[in-house]
Amino acid sequence: MTEPLLKVENLRIELTTRAGVTPVIDNLSFELGHGENISFVGESGCGKSMTALSIMGLLPEGVGRIASGSIQFHGEELTTASTERLRDIRGNEISMIFQEPMTSLNPVYTVGEQIAEVLRAHQGLSKKAAWDMAAELLDAVRIPNAKSRVGDYPFQMSGGQRQRVMIAMALACKPKILIADEPTTALDVTVQAQIFDLLRDLRRNTGTSIIMITHDMGAVAEMAERMIVMYAGRNAEIGPVDQIIDRPRHPYTKGLISCVPHIVANLTEERHDLTEVPGIVPSLQEFGKNRCLFASRCNLRTDECLRERPPAREFENGQKADCWHAEEL
Amino acid sequence: MDGAVNFLRVTLIRVFYAVILLIAVLILNFSLMHMAPGDVADTIAQAAGGIDAEALEQIRREYGLDQPFLVQLGRYIGNVLRFDLGYSFFYSDKVTSLILSRLPATLLLVITAQLLALVVGVILGVFSARKPNGILSHFVTFLALFGYSAPVFWTGLLMLVIFSLMIPIFPVAGMRDVTIEGGFFAQAFDIARHLVLPMITLSSIFLALYSRLARATMMEVLGSDYVRTAKAKGLTNRQVVYKHALKNSLSPVITLAGLQLSAVVSGAVLVETVFSWPGLGTLAFQSILARDTPLILGILFFSALVVIVGNLLTDLALRLVDPRVGGKK
Repeated sequence: MTEPLLKVENLRIELTTRAGVTPVIDNLSFELGHGENISFVGESGCGKSMTALSIMGLLPEGVGRIASGSIQFHGEELTTASTERLRDIRGNEISMIFQEPMTSLNPVYTVGEQIAEVLRAHQGLSKKAAWDMAAELLDAVRIPNAKSRVGDYPFQMSGGQRQRVMIAMALACKPKILIADEPTTALDVTVQAQIFDLLRDLRRNTGTSIIMITHDMGAVAEMAERMIVMYAGRNAEIGPVDQIIDRPRHPYTKGLISCVPHIVANLTEERHDLTEVPGIVPSLQEFGKNRCLFASRCNLRTDECLRERPPAREFENGQKADCWHAEEL
Repeated sequence: MDGAVNFLRVTLIRVFYAVILLIAVLILNFSLMHMAPGDVADTIAQAAGGIDAEALEQIRREYGLDQPFLVQLGRYIGNVLRFDLGYSFFYSDKVTSLILSRLPATLLLVITAQLLALVVGVILGVFSARKPNGILSHFVTFLALFGYSAPVFWTGLLMLVIFSLMIPIFPVAGMRDVTIEGGFFAQAFDIARHLVLPMITLSSIFLALYSRLARATMMEVLGSDYVRTAKAKGLTNRQVVYKHALKNSLSPVITLAGLQLSAVVSGAVLVETVFSWPGLGTLAFQSILARDTPLILGILFFSALVVIVGNLLTDLALRLVDPRVGGKK
């Protein structure tokens, strides 16, 4: 097997709060291949965004830190890399787009300037060349009249257009990895579809690997080859998307999938009632305890779920689930 | 091109409004002075040690004070529109030339104090926002409390005591030293030395205000989404703070500075009196004591002019800092 582009091993991220130190990411491992699209799925607060920020080296200063584990990019260790090196990588080899296109662009600079800035910082382009390139990039993310809109301010654009600008900015230096943190959550449905189309096409043309964070199962099914289901900072299930949707090996994944109407309709015709995952996510104090954190919401719960944290069970098709009852599902 | 035309149009509209405002101020000032008991004739009578009623009437006729209110008002406004502010009987000189001879000193004091407060306030605010729990941050909080709670004349007296008795490095009264000879630079240096104490005294309150506000807005901006984007682009800390964050945190400070300009001008009256600074403030003080109505009105007119022009400039400055202000669509 060739060297993966990104390799995260036993990552543990601790957050220091008033209540004490909490492991918001606990023993997470995954790999990302060249040109691959992997999706992170899970409820709010399960640590998806924290994982993304830790790869970027942007954990909130003084609050969050990588306690143990490793993040290797091209075999280079990022957890111990200098701030200068991380800065070189950020926006250049690994870039990121965010959930809030309305507020993620700086209101007092033109979009052209904000795109050109990345090119000047990482590629050493001249002011003029960077500006021309910014116009080309706007055109590439399908903003009409890119040449005249490059001098616009963010407030003169719609939410969808701003997210396109963010994508143009992120792809400016042809990164190896693009992290998209819920890129369409704040947009309406038709614009969502357009953004996904755009991301898919760009990936085909540039070969950029994508880490997509979402809680939209439909988007995962459409976009990604592999998915990671996270729960309370831990890996619940990881594996090929079609295999997992076909036969989830973790009760949480199963619950998530049955929440989505159109996927359910394909799987079992006779079920009409939309289900939900009962209960709520555990509080931060529960994180890090040596037991299954999903147990309180799980109908398969047995004594061992409460006694000990479940180990990862691997299956032949590449699925891996952290559940005592994975085989039974 | 389009923006420049628009900028000019907006500027002209603002100037038009400013003129209307100024005329309203004229009417208000004149009416208030008219309502106040006592007039020039009384003062002259007092100075002469008492005169008979007929002579009093004579004086009133000479100064046109026997005319109905509206006639006096109309005459006054007509004169002002012809740049004639009347004649000061107390100084036996034209009001306009009296004011113009004092105005530069006041402008120098007001503008330097305002600039000092703005520049130092923003610098302190930015530095302390970057380390909210650092020593500097606590110092700014203390400074703000002190500066805001100490009355300007008290600060002035404190300065007088410290710098005349304990550390006599700056002159404590007047604007220039008559014994100084030399060219332009020697004179300018002399004025600058005299300026230091009144300037610091006048700016203390506003420095406190601006540093507090700059600190608060800077902290808010540093936690914003677009600052996170700037970091994710791989920009240096310096670029993130001084390019992306600073420009955004300036507009509230500029707005406040514009609103406070009238307070600076009225603060100048006290400061000039404390430090015998030969500006409009001391002239205003003396003219009120002498009930020199034309002179008081003239000074009020010029103060209003300074504040209105200052607000106009603030408005235009805001447009330069924040593209969202103003009608560009």
